[in-house]
Amino acid sequence: MAMATYATRLSGLWLVSVFPESRWLERGLRHIPGAVIISLIAPPALLRGPSDMLAAAVTGFVAARTRNVLMAMIAGVAAAGLARRVFAS
Amino acid sequence: MTLAGSFTARRAMAGARQMLPVALSEAAYGLVFGVLARRAGLAWTETLLMSALVNAGSSQFAAIAMWGGAASSLSIVVTTFIVNLRHILMGMSLRRWLGRLRWRTSLLLALFITDESWALTMQEFTRGRTDPAFLVGSGIMQFPFWLVASVVGNLAASGVPDPAVWGLDFAFTGVLISLLVGMWQGHSSLWPWAAASAAALLAARSLPGNWYVVLGGLAGALAGAMLGD
Repeated sequence: MAMATYATRLSGLWLVSVFPESRWLERGLRHIPGAVIISLIAPPALLRGPSDMLAAAVTGFVAARTRNVLMAMIAGVAAAGLARRVFAS
Repeated sequence: MTLAGSFTARRAMAGARQMLPVALSEAAYGLVFGVLARRAGLAWTETLLMSALVNAGSSQFAAIAMWGGAASSLSIVVTTFIVNLRHILMGMSLRRWLGRLRWRTSLLLALFITDESWALTMQEFTRGRTDPAFLVGSGIMQFPFWLVASVVGNLAASGVPDPAVWGLDFAFTGVLISLLVGMWQGHSSLWPWAAASAAALLAARSLPGNWYVVLGGLAGALAGAMLGD
């Protein structure tokens, strides 16, 4: 499992040198970070029910206001914990 | 703008410093991972090994979810490879900032690409600070937190009630949301992000494993490439 993981990490770095230069590729690559991250969070945030959606909203709000990752995460976890109780009962 | 080809201790320290709050959050879902690993039948030694060698939260969570039942070694390897395909996209996006890269440097950098370190590093790169030492510093900072938390979670598992009740498993999503907020580039981010999340949501409902991450990433990248600035 470790080898497969390292291989994917390494091959990405190498793969780009194989592609020719192009504006298309430039633009596409520029959007990968946001695209990958939002893909990582959209299903867990939106597909698990109202409690997690609320927690996600709280996290986003606190993050936007405070620009502090730790605070936003704590707020989100607290919101998730609370909301799950509220919505479960 | 840092010089191309630089690799300074100062930038490594900056990476470590910025990673610290994120690493604390990682510890939270590291604990969760440890508990889930125990439930999947892993001892603390196996948990330690897995976290040390793979060092990828979402991949590890996906893997142990699939290991609930018996699985052949081949299917585990294939699954792992698929689950980690997003690292290819991450490597590509880092690469374009780095100019000429000696192959030995690539080997080193590849070790430190995690979701979190990559996200932080991409932020720095887009702000003109393109020294890859930042990635290494942030990677070194997060590693021990992840390791220790996984093991502690595994050992304490019997004493810990369902972590979902406390919302701890939300920590992973929470950290990424916070990082994502910092990545908003205004207008040009809108459609790529919309395309990415739409593709990811659709794929998550219809495809197994972590395919949704790869497809969402590609959809977003494609949308960005097609729509221009």
